[in-house]
Amino acid sequence: MIPTQFDYVAPGSVDEALAALAQHGDDAKVLAGGQSLLPVLRMRLNAPEVVIDLGKIDALREIRDEGDTITIGAMATYQSILDHTGIKGSLRLLHQAISEVADPQIRHRGTLGGALVHADPAGDCGAPTLALEADLVIQGPSGERTVAATDFFEDLFTTAVGDDELLTAIRFRKHDGWGSHYEKFVRVAHQWPIVSIAAAVKVDGGTISEARIGLVNMGSTALRASATEAALVGAQATAEGVAEACAKAADGTNPPSDLNGDADYRRHLATVLTKRAVLKAAGG
Amino acid sequence: MTATQETSTEPAREIGRDRRRKEDQRLITGRTRWTDNITLPGMLHMAMVRSPFAHATITAIDTTEAAAAPNVVAVYTGKDLDESAGVLINAWPITPDQVTPAHPPLPTDRVSFAGEVVAVVVARSAAEARDAAELVDVDYEELPAALDLKEAAADTVLAHPDLGTNKSALWVFDSQEAGTGGDVEEAIAKARESGVVVEREFRQQRLIPAFMEPRSVVVDPTGEQMTMWSATQIPHIVRFALAATTGVPESKIRVIAPDVGGGFGGKLQVTPEEWMAWWVARQLMKPVKYTETRSESLMAAHHGRDQWQKITLAAEKDGTVTGLKVELLADLGSHVAIVGGGVPVLGAFMFNSIYKFPAYHFACQTVLTNKAWTDAYRGAGRPEATFAIERIMDELALELGREPLELREQNWIRHDEFPFTTVAGLEYDSGNYEEATRKAKESFGYDALRAEQQQRRESGDPVQLGIGISTFTEMCGLAPSRVLGSLDYGAGGWEHASVRMLATGKVEIVTGASAHGQGHETAFSQIVADRLGVPFEDVEVLHGDTQIASKGLDTYGSRSLVVGGEALVKATDKVIEKAKPIAAHLLEADVSDIEFSAGRFSVKGTDQGLAMAEVALATFAAHNLPDGVEPSLDSDATYDPINFNYPHGTHLCAMEVDTETGQVKMRKYTCVDDIGNVINPLIVAGQMHGGLAQGIAQALFEEAVYDDAGTLVSASFVDYLVPTAADLISFDVGHNSTPSLTNTLGTKGVGEAGTIASTPAVVNAVLDAIRQFGVTDITMPCTPERVWRAIQDGTAGAKDPTTGAAAAHFDPATDGAGQSNIADGTEGAGQ
Ligand SMILES: Cc1cc2nc3c(=O)[nH]c(=O)nc-3n(C[C@H](O)[C@H](O)[C@H](O)COP(=O)(O)OP(=O)(O)OC[C@H]3O[C@@H](n4cnc5c(N)ncnc54)[C@H](O)[C@@H]3O)c2cc1C
Repeated sequence: MIPTQFDYVAPGSVDEALAALAQHGDDAKVLAGGQSLLPVLRMRLNAPEVVIDLGKIDALREIRDEGDTITIGAMATYQSILDHTGIKGSLRLLHQAISEVADPQIRHRGTLGGALVHADPAGDCGAPTLALEADLVIQGPSGERTVAATDFFEDLFTTAVGDDELLTAIRFRKHDGWGSHYEKFVRVAHQWPIVSIAAAVKVDGGTISEARIGLVNMGSTALRASATEAALVGAQATAEGVAEACAKAADGTNPPSDLNGDADYRRHLATVLTKRAVLKAAGG
Repeated sequence: MTATQETSTEPAREIGRDRRRKEDQRLITGRTRWTDNITLPGMLHMAMVRSPFAHATITAIDTTEAAAAPNVVAVYTGKDLDESAGVLINAWPITPDQVTPAHPPLPTDRVSFAGEVVAVVVARSAAEARDAAELVDVDYEELPAALDLKEAAADTVLAHPDLGTNKSALWVFDSQEAGTGGDVEEAIAKARESGVVVEREFRQQRLIPAFMEPRSVVVDPTGEQMTMWSATQIPHIVRFALAATTGVPESKIRVIAPDVGGGFGGKLQVTPEEWMAWWVARQLMKPVKYTETRSESLMAAHHGRDQWQKITLAAEKDGTVTGLKVELLADLGSHVAIVGGGVPVLGAFMFNSIYKFPAYHFACQTVLTNKAWTDAYRGAGRPEATFAIERIMDELALELGREPLELREQNWIRHDEFPFTTVAGLEYDSGNYEEATRKAKESFGYDALRAEQQQRRESGDPVQLGIGISTFTEMCGLAPSRVLGSLDYGAGGWEHASVRMLATGKVEIVTGASAHGQGHETAFSQIVADRLGVPFEDVEVLHGDTQIASKGLDTYGSRSLVVGGEALVKATDKVIEKAKPIAAHLLEADVSDIEFSAGRFSVKGTDQGLAMAEVALATFAAHNLPDGVEPSLDSDATYDPINFNYPHGTHLCAMEVDTETGQVKMRKYTCVDDIGNVINPLIVAGQMHGGLAQGIAQALFEEAVYDDAGTLVSASFVDYLVPTAADLISFDVGHNSTPSLTNTLGTKGVGEAGTIASTPAVVNAVLDAIRQFGVTDITMPCTPERVWRAIQDGTAGAKDPTTGAAAAHFDPATDGAGQSNIADGTEGAGQ
């Protein structure tokens, strides 16, 4: 399928990219790895007049280990994140979730920044970003600002990044000492999750002391299961111990219905999968 | 991977060797003649405007804006077509009174399914054609649509109001009337009194063939013959249909199926897109090309299956089957496609399968609806039949408290009973169900898995285990022309081959079969290399071009080897017979003293001889031939089989069911198939594994879902789930060969076997795991949600049709960019 005609610019720096965005405004669309944007263009669901390719801005591809934090450039590909030993060691939840995104071809092109700005509630990356309480760095005409993950996802395909802004980096605090597990539920391997659960827990002497649970495809954005998080604190890290807390995983959610499942089935899945994810996170 | 291994002077026996496929390098790299790779000077491009409505009156089409768009050459609607546009034929009217809606390439006043082409834009580039297609303004007045098969069969809403009914044809076979068995009603009545009657209704969901290469067509109207390149399985039939309906003499038409990327029956069709390309090229006298998008392919290339099956089985209390009654509703979609209504008829002879039913009745009502037209899809009729019989044999076993394999054995045709004439009137030539089953059970570890199943049940394991069985047979190798004639099919079932001996000793063979991924070039080379004693590498296989392969009936129904291969054997043998007198003459011997083996003609009792290549060169030079002998070894043969052939096998499947989520996981799949003699085990393995994957996909993954408005919801691969290797396990594929007696190579078809056999094995296994929760049936595909609901509600939740929207990854309405959205409802997702 053929997209409508558009002009193409490939700025060499973030400032140039912002200038291009300022110039073309609503008529422009930013291109990262293209793994969501290109299908949208090819299906003619969107017809920008200008495509601004961030691919030439090397600085955005950097992954920096800063001691207590790791900052991932918005244009770092899934694969480069998987290949980063610091992330594998200290951000296992993110690493595991990304390892289950689509297939190798897509992981070599798609970027974490693109995935987060695209904000597909069924995307794998939103939930671990929430559960790991990342900060998102946004640049616009009036400079740089940082938004907490909980404030980043606003609605279906909508984030805190304005039309004239760019996401430039995602900063994660290292989670050494946390257990984690990403539980993805699909019918076929190359599929977006029907539901998935990103769980990070801290366990002291068999008792859960802290828990962060991110939900995928349980509403119009990635979500945190706050009722479960709260109820898990103080729970024994056993099947019986976490059962009651995990039964609250779908509280307050409004999941979609589609060919893979109705909303009530997704709610049920969320509870079962949360229990599995928490136990695996707690037990290693 | 190199295409060949070593070249030997004394060729080893080729048949039975796992030769790497000659054709793969070019097919896999794409450096070959896919239709879309073809570019001709001055070539124009077409784009289609398609109906977003399932059923609507076209009140007006305004093409002015599109026609004025940059580089647009022409825009056509149904009203512009004349008789030379032809029509899309139905080659198999299954009854004399079949109701068949007219099928012009474009409708003039009414659309009858969502995706139907209503206008064609021709421009200098494909992009300009696509852009302009968006500018065609069509006014529709929506009509009520006939969507649900059962409702359509009741004529509540008419798919074609002018026809007055949706019922197209009722096709009946009755064993008592045919003299092949008894009266089924009597058997059922008796069983109701003193035996057991099992009645079930099964749903065959709608599937999409989903071949890898989307359909593409190029037409060049210049030159002595007009040429059509098409990604089709049936170049010969397309040529015939063009000639028969467009008024162009057959001798003026050349159709080429270059390399074709899969079909699975989905390219056994004559299509509006081909017919429009033909007509447009002739209007403009310029070459034109059209290649569909994946979305268009899913929406408007023909679909498969889509039946309701009502099955009544009568048996005695001891488990002996006494009668089988089959009542089908088959969804034709909006039109009766080229084989269309014939697909369920191909299944009519197979419901009785390997069992000795004394009485049989089959009735199929074909029904028109406002959905994409249906036609052949891998197995065509036989997977449906196999599913129904293998499901209901399990139900009978359950009813009687019998072990399901034993019950099958009690009723199947014993090895010593072949040849066996079935209640459907077919003569099965060979087979050994006992042996295939014994081997399969052993390799599967049947008893150990049964023990594990028991143990999981007792311990209340959240993951339960089920074992499914399918002891199938099928009829393939389409087909004896006489049988096809007796079924009112529009053509014969012979196949043609020729062998050309080149001066240098190389061999060109021409086959009327039309490979589209099967590996004919390799397998046919192996057959000829053995027969003529020439190296495998020296054999070139030509096909798919009506100028080269002038006669043929193409590839479908697992026919290419068993029919086309036999034609090739016969043509090859003629070459040898023609060479003998020439060899005798050159060797100064008597013809009766000439022997041919391993590529050499030798004089009996001497060491004198000539290689095939030497005789070929001498024949080419023609300097010294016997009097009255023509200077040619080239030969051809047309072969019409005397019977179908009947592959069979025992398939065993173990499925794990996560009772908390409904997730199903294949644990083990074992099959032992009898496909007669094997020419190339590697190709056979490929056909088996791929075939199994497609059958398993019907059981677990695939379904074409329409919403209440008649829009295809599963309109991209986001929602139409085709499994990949990552979703399947490595199957345990074995063989037990009893050579077919209906062709000299002793081969049976393998192209469809895996697909036909596997679906019921998987569903039986899923059910076997969850029957303990009161579940009696489950609709395909067995999605986790369906399985979970079935477990929750017992039988109740399992029969719901699939509903819901497409997944919203690319939803136009919700694209958060805040930009103008020009979504065209007819062009769903597409990658
Ligand atoms: C076949 C297939 C299967 C897939 N399966 C999965 C899956 O299993 N799980 C999953 O999570 N995802 C899946 N995806 C989606 C994939 O993860 C995408 O790569 C990702 O959603 C987008 O990242 P990208 O770099 O490709 O962004 P692009 O497609 O280039 O851009 C996405 C959107 O973000 C905007 N954007 C990108 N970068 C920036 C930035 N720095 N600042 C501001 N705006 C920006 C773009 O304008 C666009 O609107 C799949 C995609 C395909 C094609």
